[in-house]
Amino acid sequence: MAGKNESVSKTLLVAFLVCVVCGVVVATAAVSLRPVQNENKLIDKRMNILLAAGMYDASQDVNEQFKSIERKFVDIESGDYVEMPESYDQRTAAKDPAQSERLSGDVDIAGIKNQADVAEVYLARGDNGELSRIILPVHGYGLWSTLYGFLALEPDANTVAGLGFYEHGETPGLGGEVDNPKWKALWEGKKLYGDQGEVEIQVIKGTVESNTPNAEHKVDGLAGATLTSKGVSNLLRFWVGENGFGPYLKRMQQGGGDVAQATDAVESSEQPEGDA
Amino acid sequence: MAEKTKDILLGPIFDNNPIALQILGICSALAVTSNLSTTVTMCIALTAVTAFSNFFVSSIRNSIPSSIRIIVQMTIIASLVIVVDQFLKAYAYSISKQLSVFVGLIITNCIVMGRAEAFAMKNPPLPSFLDGVGNGLGYSAILLGLGFTRELLGAGSLFGHQILPKVSEGGWYMTNGMMLLPPSAFFLIGLFIWAIRAWKPEQVEPDDFKMKPHTRVSDAF
Repeated sequence: MAGKNESVSKTLLVAFLVCVVCGVVVATAAVSLRPVQNENKLIDKRMNILLAAGMYDASQDVNEQFKSIERKFVDIESGDYVEMPESYDQRTAAKDPAQSERLSGDVDIAGIKNQADVAEVYLARGDNGELSRIILPVHGYGLWSTLYGFLALEPDANTVAGLGFYEHGETPGLGGEVDNPKWKALWEGKKLYGDQGEVEIQVIKGTVESNTPNAEHKVDGLAGATLTSKGVSNLLRFWVGENGFGPYLKRMQQGGGDVAQATDAVESSEQPEGDA
Repeated sequence: MAEKTKDILLGPIFDNNPIALQILGICSALAVTSNLSTTVTMCIALTAVTAFSNFFVSSIRNSIPSSIRIIVQMTIIASLVIVVDQFLKAYAYSISKQLSVFVGLIITNCIVMGRAEAFAMKNPPLPSFLDGVGNGLGYSAILLGLGFTRELLGAGSLFGHQILPKVSEGGWYMTNGMMLLPPSAFFLIGLFIWAIRAWKPEQVEPDDFKMKPHTRVSDAF
């Protein structure tokens, strides 16, 4: 009984057949479910953009709500709009040496190592076509994981309208409280830049009281999650700073927040400082 | 026969629990039980994988050369896990994001492999399938207990719905943050094992060796 299965040819045959059958099953599942999965990913991303912008309404279709939002691409170094194919993915590009730049340790306060040359931005428009929100993808290292999220700004490109993270692996109940709606609500109305245009936004340790100096730039730290709070602070300071969306946001401010004017401003203003 | 089927299906829940008696599958029991919705998904995924891997391994058990039987079992288990993972990504996207790597790690869950090797290699497909379901239920029973306790005490909620109003949101319940960290699952599993063995003393293992009393310094001379 045991002997008939033990020959070399039988062993090879069984191994081969098991591999073929399993391979076909796995490939069929992966290929046939891919369209549904991609649809899920897109809806999830769009939902997070809407959530960050404070525009999400759970009772309505995500894609329908997303119609008022326009996706654009920005060259990180110059802050210019550039044309990119619809399939462009910033996370994939950051891994491609031809489309990204390796950051040196002293500028890389967010701990992201490689930064894509071109970033996505989302512009939300009101009923009359006027700009209502600028939504920027941000990411950086917290305590255990890279946090991915969206920062929504008012058209003045200085006031925070919302912040939300859609992917992170921080400790539930501690660093995971970045998802807490109460904490997220604290961000609304905070100013990114000081009078001289320098980055002022930060997460502090403890709570912001009414008598805290510069309270408009400061947000409460998360209790029991000092390193995650620091990570959030650093990643925001990086992305709105001169190595992140700084040049782009400067132009938006000069252009009064309107895209057409901002594009004009791009042509007339001189290039910002050299290599990041 | 009906009695035997019942034994195969329900035995693993308390009499022969894979976690509490066989001490298998502890890793994922720590990792996914910090809230109930991921726990339930993990239980369903693991039960499905164990049941079907037992079924398929058992179906071809008479043709598997014993020299490659482990790798054949692994191939079948791994394929099933990938299929389950793909389904979760397609139809339960947000939960699959929370479970992330742990669905993939069902492959290394000792329960699946243990049942394939210990039961499915020796029994016909249908009892093997039931054995897989039974062990999945045994695993689920412990996991649901852990998930319930950890989410309720750690976050004051069940399935994400607030049950105990938290102090941080103006209520009275001071959340126990340790419950959300993996080590708390160790303590809870220990308590579960204690409770089960107090109820069913026949599960208590005999001592491997007898403890000697402490020696005094004077005994050495």
